[in-house]
Amino acid sequence: MSALTNRLYQLAGLVPVGASVLDVGCSDGRLLAHLRDDRQVDGRGIEIDPERVALAVARGLSVVQGDAEHDLAAFPGNSVDYAILSETLQAMARPALVLAELVRIGRRAIIAFPNFGHWRVRADLLLTGRMPVTRRLPQSWYDTPNIHLCTVRDFLALAEEMGLTIEQQHFLSYRKRIRFCPNLRADHALFVLRK
Amino acid sequence: MSPLVSHNSIRLGFDLPLDSGQTLPSPAISFETVGKLNERRDNAILVCHALTGDQYVASTHPLTGKPGWWTRMVGEGKPIDPARHFVICSNVIGGCMGSEGPASPHPDDGRLWGLRFPVITVADMVRAQGALLDHLGIKALRAVIGGSMGGMQAMQWAASFPDRVHSVVIIAAAARHSAQNIAFHEVGRQAIMADSKWKGGAYEPGAGPSKGLAVARMAAHITYLSEAGLTAKFGRRLQMKDAKSFGFDADFQVESYLRHQGMSFVDRFDANSYLYVTRALDYFDLAESHGGQLASAFQKTGARFCVISFDTDWLYPTSEAKRVVQALVAAGRHVSFVELSSPYGHDAFLLDTPGLNNVVDGFLRSAEQLP
Repeated sequence: MSALTNRLYQLAGLVPVGASVLDVGCSDGRLLAHLRDDRQVDGRGIEIDPERVALAVARGLSVVQGDAEHDLAAFPGNSVDYAILSETLQAMARPALVLAELVRIGRRAIIAFPNFGHWRVRADLLLTGRMPVTRRLPQSWYDTPNIHLCTVRDFLALAEEMGLTIEQQHFLSYRKRIRFCPNLRADHALFVLRK
Repeated sequence: MSPLVSHNSIRLGFDLPLDSGQTLPSPAISFETVGKLNERRDNAILVCHALTGDQYVASTHPLTGKPGWWTRMVGEGKPIDPARHFVICSNVIGGCMGSEGPASPHPDDGRLWGLRFPVITVADMVRAQGALLDHLGIKALRAVIGGSMGGMQAMQWAASFPDRVHSVVIIAAAARHSAQNIAFHEVGRQAIMADSKWKGGAYEPGAGPSKGLAVARMAAHITYLSEAGLTAKFGRRLQMKDAKSFGFDADFQVESYLRHQGMSFVDRFDANSYLYVTRALDYFDLAESHGGQLASAFQKTGARFCVISFDTDWLYPTSEAKRVVQALVAAGRHVSFVELSSPYGHDAFLLDTPGLNNVVDGFLRSAEQLP
């Protein structure tokens, strides 16, 4: 089984033992498998790519092939403890709608995304005058799936606009925890929210 | 034949109630089992067959001499493995391979039932299977699995016997027959009934409407394949390589193939049975019997579900599978769903389809690890 990246490992640490989880955009189910095996989590997933779904199901996970922007509607409200969206928010056509679905389905939502306010991104744009290409965002503007990148401050503003309560926030730069000036220094952000 | 395979036929000790309000007096049920029931009697898997399938899931068919119809899925080292599962596959009521159907003798006069046989539904088929399990002393199934009409029986199982099944695998199926599905079946039924040998269903054994039944099979067979599959296999190639006949012989290879499919079918299937089983499928609408809400059909069961569709299946397309999945999700069930890629159309569930066995194997094994 594929080892978890540090980012996924940090995220997994936010999920209590025995919780129920819906992982939106769960890929081949690596996070769900880890949560099941290490934290006795009752997990479900949704993933758009059929080959990844087949891998996840072959691992014994309850994963449905579907599109977060259309197929989350069928999930009942408050049906899981945690709805997780990891590294996917910025690839959504309608991120606010997906976020609203997450806090509807989950009693809490965990959102993880790359911070576009990171100093490397800012420096790249400032110095080269071109769309930033960094370690965390390695694709050029014309072939990236990331169509709605945001900064930590952008996300906080959206959460406030939607009336969401932020219960926890964690920031990472590569493997290090960041406490001060996260919007400048963190390349990765993790939020636990609820309605 | 493997010593693990056994063929049996029982007669229920009671009259089976039917959805139509009629009853079927002490119906016969013929079935195949593979493997052994364990001491806890909790390793049984019921395999449900499709429209023209039968109980010969893993052993040589007595009429055609061909291998069992799902040896890709059932057998040593396969997802359904007699080493750990007790496999049951019964001929549906209304069928013609030993279970009570229009080609069985009527209990009153010993002559064939013919059209005196009551119209049955998918739920009736499942009710008969439940009675078979009672007879075998099996309280609950580890899994029920089927493709096409077998998938419909599998979902009906979860609705009819919510406490008697732990896992449900639904492959290439839909929760209702569409207008198009019904239309194709009606063509087949009309072909049978238009054959003068049909005689209102009262034909003698061996003297049935074989031409009509062959045409019915030909029409249906087209719906089991994809256009791309047909093109790849036959294109516009001619049977005799040199020239067209300028007549109505089977010039094209695809014609010859379909004629062969039709003709070989009549040797193993009863025409009246075809009428009854297609009717059962046309009547199938799982939501209808649950207040129009498909999710309600899955409300009472704690079973886990695995739904699989194929991208080239236009008979029961992915959109219909997704309806089932959405209903399962809405009912709060644990469900896995994947659309697999295959060139073979609807028939993909019977053929070598990459990923199919891995998905079913992973699903069944994970469900077995649960308490």
